[in-house]
Amino acid sequence: MNTFSDSVSTAVGLVLSMDPGLWAVVGRSLAVSATACLLACAVGLSVGAWLGVARFRGRGAVITVLNAALAVPSVVVGLVVYLVLSRSGPLGFLGWLFSFQAMVLAQTLLVLPVAIALTRQAVEDVDRQHGEQLASLGARVGWRGALLAWDERYALLTVVITVFGRAIAEVGAVMIVGGNIDGFTRVMTTAIALETSKGDLPMALGLGIVLMAVVLLLNALVSLLRRWRERVDTAPVHAGAMGWSA
Amino acid sequence: MRAEAGISHVPAGPRPMALQARGLEVRLGPGGRVCALKGLDLTVHEGERVAVVGANGSGKSTLLRALHGLLPLQRGDVLRGPGRQAMLFQRPYLLRLSALNNVRVGLWLQGLAWRATHEPAWQALERVGLAALAHRNGRALSGGQQQRLALARAWALRPAVWLLDEPTASLDPHAKREVETLMAEFAAEPGTTLLFSSHNLGQVKRLASRVLYLEGGQLLADLPVHRFFNDHALAATCPPAWAFLQGETA
Repeated sequence: MNTFSDSVSTAVGLVLSMDPGLWAVVGRSLAVSATACLLACAVGLSVGAWLGVARFRGRGAVITVLNAALAVPSVVVGLVVYLVLSRSGPLGFLGWLFSFQAMVLAQTLLVLPVAIALTRQAVEDVDRQHGEQLASLGARVGWRGALLAWDERYALLTVVITVFGRAIAEVGAVMIVGGNIDGFTRVMTTAIALETSKGDLPMALGLGIVLMAVVLLLNALVSLLRRWRERVDTAPVHAGAMGWSA
Repeated sequence: MRAEAGISHVPAGPRPMALQARGLEVRLGPGGRVCALKGLDLTVHEGERVAVVGANGSGKSTLLRALHGLLPLQRGDVLRGPGRQAMLFQRPYLLRLSALNNVRVGLWLQGLAWRATHEPAWQALERVGLAALAHRNGRALSGGQQQRLALARAWALRPAVWLLDEPTASLDPHAKREVETLMAEFAAEPGTTLLFSSHNLGQVKRLASRVLYLEGGQLLADLPVHRFFNDHALAATCPPAWAFLQGETA
């Protein structure tokens, strides 16, 4: 217990003293996961929204595969990306292995099914209730998906947070394709794994505290944003605000 | 299936056809196990005000949705006259936008440039008495105001045919009156055809010129409104419609 409490106090000290080594890892981790989240959401929200309203032969099979992809272990994604990016792989010419880009690619592929599946479910639920009213106004599948996704944008914020959370918390894929190179591809999760194996528990715990704080902060922000929008939605809209944000 | 023998069809008259259903069959549910409309034939002429009545599950909403092209047809077809068609639902779906922008989106979805939607949207809001609330979020309006906003969104399209699925069913009496007044005004516009479903027989008497009685997805009676309510022969010619009327007016 003493070891644990000592580790916690040392970890807090490291965080508060703005230890450059720790914060470099935190910054890299945030950059990799935020980029992956951005890419995955850009594709995933669009595809998910379309899939939520589109009806076509084989849709059930597509959704089954998509849902199965949610459970793919991150090490498997890492392994596939490793093979693709390795010198003899199809994208070996890019020279991305053990780089920032490789980690972004692996995390993007890992969280893309999450973005698509959750968006698809959210949009499909609201489409089932109200989609035909939009269709009655003349909205075709693409626009219906886009309008419903836009209308459910605060619910989709939760999807974005989930995607980011899954990206920043994963360790297997970035370990394989990033290589955990100090000062280059070391991120929070791989650093925690390494420091723990080395017995440097304060550093591992410090990183863990930062990781938890980041996730907590994001959730708090989303919660605040939702409450603020609920207040705005029930109040008169400013006369000058004629755009889509009205 | 045509309305049963002995039940008069409303004479076609010289007016052009606004909407026609021929042998309409619609199946719903998993595997299309529920036959919601069974070979229904119907012709509605321009300027007619047609009420669709019947018990819950009789096929009223299905008929309106099928006529608006929102449901796949198993058999039969729907022919539409000239002009646009608009549909209103019991609980309108409004986007998380201002009242004005909700109307603008409706116009924009019809192919109008976003910039060109402003003026007609304003006119539509003024028409339903919501101009003062134009910048209020559509979702923040009361039930009656939301339904009037949905009416404005539809009216902005200048439809020739209105399909209204129990548009006042979930409203309080005051809001019900407001919406009904608007419906009557829109129906009075030249060349406008109204087809609405309702459980409110008073409303049917006030608004309709013709009544369709549906049961089990079949059109059992198709009569002018005065005959539907006053003709005691209905008890003999269409007992289900008579029983429905007795039940509703009891």
